[in-house]
Amino acid sequence: MVFKNMSYKNQRKLIIIAFSLIPVVLLFTFAYLPVINMFKYSFTNWNGYSDHYKWVGFKNYKTIFTDPKYFTVFKVSLYYFVATFVQMGLALYFATILSFKVRAKNFFKGVLFFPSLLNGVAIGFIFLFFFKPDGTLDTILNFLGLSSLSQGWLLNPNIINVSLAGASIWRYMGFNFIIFLGAISSVGKDVYEASDIDGANKWHQFRHIIIPSIKRIVQLNLILGISGAISAFDIPYIMTGGSNGSNTFVIQTVDVAFKFSKLGLASAMAVVLLFIVVIVTILQNLLSKKED
Amino acid sequence: MYKLKYTAASIFKYLSLIIAAFVVLIPIVVVLFASLKTGQEYANSSPLQPPTDWFNFANYKKAFIDGKMLLGFANTIFIVIVSIVGATLIGSMIAFVLSRFKFRGSKLLMGAFLLATLIPSVTTQVATFKIIDFLHLVDTRFAPILLYLGTDIIAVYIFLQFLDSISESLDESAMLDGASYFTIFFRIILPLLAPAIVTVIIVKGVNIYNDFYTPFLYMPSQELQVVSTALFKFKGPYGSQWEVISAAIIISIIPITIAFVSLQKYIYNGFSQGSVK
Repeated sequence: MVFKNMSYKNQRKLIIIAFSLIPVVLLFTFAYLPVINMFKYSFTNWNGYSDHYKWVGFKNYKTIFTDPKYFTVFKVSLYYFVATFVQMGLALYFATILSFKVRAKNFFKGVLFFPSLLNGVAIGFIFLFFFKPDGTLDTILNFLGLSSLSQGWLLNPNIINVSLAGASIWRYMGFNFIIFLGAISSVGKDVYEASDIDGANKWHQFRHIIIPSIKRIVQLNLILGISGAISAFDIPYIMTGGSNGSNTFVIQTVDVAFKFSKLGLASAMAVVLLFIVVIVTILQNLLSKKED
Repeated sequence: MYKLKYTAASIFKYLSLIIAAFVVLIPIVVVLFASLKTGQEYANSSPLQPPTDWFNFANYKKAFIDGKMLLGFANTIFIVIVSIVGATLIGSMIAFVLSRFKFRGSKLLMGAFLLATLIPSVTTQVATFKIIDFLHLVDTRFAPILLYLGTDIIAVYIFLQFLDSISESLDESAMLDGASYFTIFFRIILPLLAPAIVTVIIVKGVNIYNDFYTPFLYMPSQELQVVSTALFKFKGPYGSQWEVISAAIIISIIPITIAFVSLQKYIYNGFSQGSVK
């Protein structure tokens, strides 16, 4: 073979080029080029299909921050933001108790994790069924004698985002849980045994062994969770299409781009979103570096 | 006293676990119940009531045929397989280059792959759509495949991590035997990456199977529907026929449940490794 007779130096050059070419082209075309184009579009009034468009400067950005129709949707993110913390708290609690001796451990582990394997559409439908009038939730409340609490879970604009954020916790908690559990179990058994001998109780173990060992991974998941909260899309889109006050920023962006053909404005919205996510990530990195 | 406190904690522990299990399972179990009821039975019974006939599969038949679920599964399988094979090859190649060779720009290249994970793909979708459109790939199976290969860089990380644990002295001893870099990659590195490949298959497989947004946006034709978009179509015409929608939901859940039960260990490992970047 010709290749075999080449010097290692030439082989090296060839293999670097041959093995990098496709991945780099893909990375550039589908990860970086969209970002570059998006910045460009955000300063135009392009509708997304015609050959002509005009440069409009910062007009699109001004629209986002001055027209309440656009920036009020950020309030909806707050529900998902709060939900992220509830989700992390629950995940941490269950990961901790399941890292100690528990009966039917594998069953509980499997059940808690299972929702994170499910299809977003299936979950959306499952919760439409769960929240609909006389659906699962109302029936359970009735059964418990709490029928006075029943209401239009997905109809009342004051409660709809709580319902949707609840479905979102149901969906994502198991994922955080399994990650935390993995991190906790990477601490050797001997560490716990040694602390037992020193007379540490479960709380001490949680505070001084578990928390330090998973701090980093909790931080990482919190970041992912916060970015996820800001870019919430699947569940509200499938369940309500953004109606009754459940519109999120991403649903709105998609609608503005594809339904109302305002690609320039939609791009500006996406740029704003990207900025927020990047800032959150950088802040978090700075904070965690400072602590070390 | 100690004992009492211990028992109380234990009761609380099991109680919380049992409640959590109920919270997870009830929403799914009621859908299973509904899927086995006849239309009339569904209308006249509470959601928590089990079906009278556990073998009434009429709704499943209807959902499977009317929803063209078979087509959905075929398209999904095709996209999953091509994307996984592609991601494995591309990911392991670039990871090999990045981990084994230091050259001008190698740091920059590494940084470019790292930075890309910071961009949430949902934010750039509007511009990505225009690129796929420019390539005339909208409404083809290659739109999602290319996007899964180009924007989901998780495979590269999994391979990079794993390559760190494969000693370079292996490569060197093969070079002493006169093996070319290609031989080293295909005969030594790739087989050793097998556990990492399993992780990639699982993480990517689950993600792609469950992705709704990409196929929904890029493949509107019915012939190209995947499992998730096929399921989404039940929303309109079957709006009130919850027993049929329920059957469709269960159909979409079955494959992933079987995979989970039979591959539990790998799935747990895959997900924990796949997330630790």
